[in-house]
Amino acid sequence: MTAPAARPTVKCLVWDLDDTLWDGVVLEGDVPPPFPPAATTLKTLDSRGILHAAVSRGDHDTSTAHLDATGLGEWFCAARIGWGDKSVAVRHIAETLNIGLDTVAFIDNDPAERAEVAAALPMVRCYPADLAGQLPELPEFRPAHVTAEAAGRRLLYRTEWRRRQAEEESGGDRRAFLASLGLVMEIAPATEGDLARASELTVRTHQLNSTGLVYGEEDLRRLIAAPDHQVRLARLSDRFGDYGVVGLSVTELTPTESVLRLMLMSCRVASRGAGELMLSHIVRQARAEGRRPVTHFVPTAVNRTMLVTLRFAGYAPVARDTGDGAPMVLEVPADHPVREPGSHVRLLVRPAPGGRSDR
Amino acid sequence: MSRGSAETLDEITRFLTEALRREVGPDDDYFALGLVDSLFALELVTHVEDRFELTVEVEDLDLDSFRTARRLTAFVHAKKADAETAPVHAGDS
Repeated sequence: MTAPAARPTVKCLVWDLDDTLWDGVVLEGDVPPPFPPAATTLKTLDSRGILHAAVSRGDHDTSTAHLDATGLGEWFCAARIGWGDKSVAVRHIAETLNIGLDTVAFIDNDPAERAEVAAALPMVRCYPADLAGQLPELPEFRPAHVTAEAAGRRLLYRTEWRRRQAEEESGGDRRAFLASLGLVMEIAPATEGDLARASELTVRTHQLNSTGLVYGEEDLRRLIAAPDHQVRLARLSDRFGDYGVVGLSVTELTPTESVLRLMLMSCRVASRGAGELMLSHIVRQARAEGRRPVTHFVPTAVNRTMLVTLRFAGYAPVARDTGDGAPMVLEVPADHPVREPGSHVRLLVRPAPGGRSDR
Repeated sequence: MSRGSAETLDEITRFLTEALRREVGPDDDYFALGLVDSLFALELVTHVEDRFELTVEVEDLDLDSFRTARRLTAFVHAKKADAETAPVHAGDS
């Protein structure tokens, strides 16, 4: 029996270590060598943007030290080593990575451990250790979109891990923490090299998403070339590293209006004020071009955050003759002051494509 | 300020102080202070709805009603008063 095609692809594979990733038990003083098929699977799945985490028995320091000694440590972005229920550790990993449990897979040689995880977390897909080498062949480990961004996802999550530690050390002073990050947002027109990532964002982003429109690469290529459309991407970085491309806007230009057809921002950076920052830029830009800032909004079960963000950015509902099912239309009144970007982030606006090297 | 308003103000101020992990006075504009992101903005709206048993409509989401504890208190009481007399009309507030 295989997983039905309708289930989401796996975003993180959680590994047992002893007798699953490597051939033996590290606790008993062995220096067990990794199973070659397992090591190959680590690299193959990583190149597809699938993350790896470790949930294993034993002493944390001993196990992670051996993980590093085998040269496999760099492939992992989280580890929980101990003696508690593995289902609890798996749940903690999913929360830390901010992914749903239905996108988590678990591999362990011990049927009792798999049964415990499966009973407590039925949405987690469990595999025996002898399947390690074959996992990359399974459809649930074959995401439709593989981008440069996806392949670097592990590094982003490892960086995020360090940020979270810094945030915990800041003791909850949000302003001081944000100021200490040295945030830089760069907003630039999308270019050919961005299309895969831009399309991926329209598929993967749900909460800070104004209309839920999904654009394929071909759609975006056409819009980039169209004189009456603007496609912008936002990149964010801080002193810890690059968050990559996190935001997207698609604007339709009429002689009098700049209509936001889609605006989205990755939930990873919502707590950095990134959505507000990009919106205030869009409003300023529309006014600078002599157009009224208008946006569409289509409510879903999960995007009320976007509505609140739009409203607090100054967009107010306007009455229009629209049929049933038409998007809500909001506009920033002419007398509404646009907030300047906060002092915690530097905004770089690139007016024209070219000059930037693509990864 | 009525007794009810004072209690509401006190309660909202306590919620903000706890959630933002710093002292928030009745007239502190926590948006201007850079303490609010998209996530907390929604949390604040949802908290007001749950705690005071009201529905914040699209028209109600005016930053001027939410930017300080005192303004939020006034919004809550206007909303409650509306609910008791007549259906709320869009754009009245």
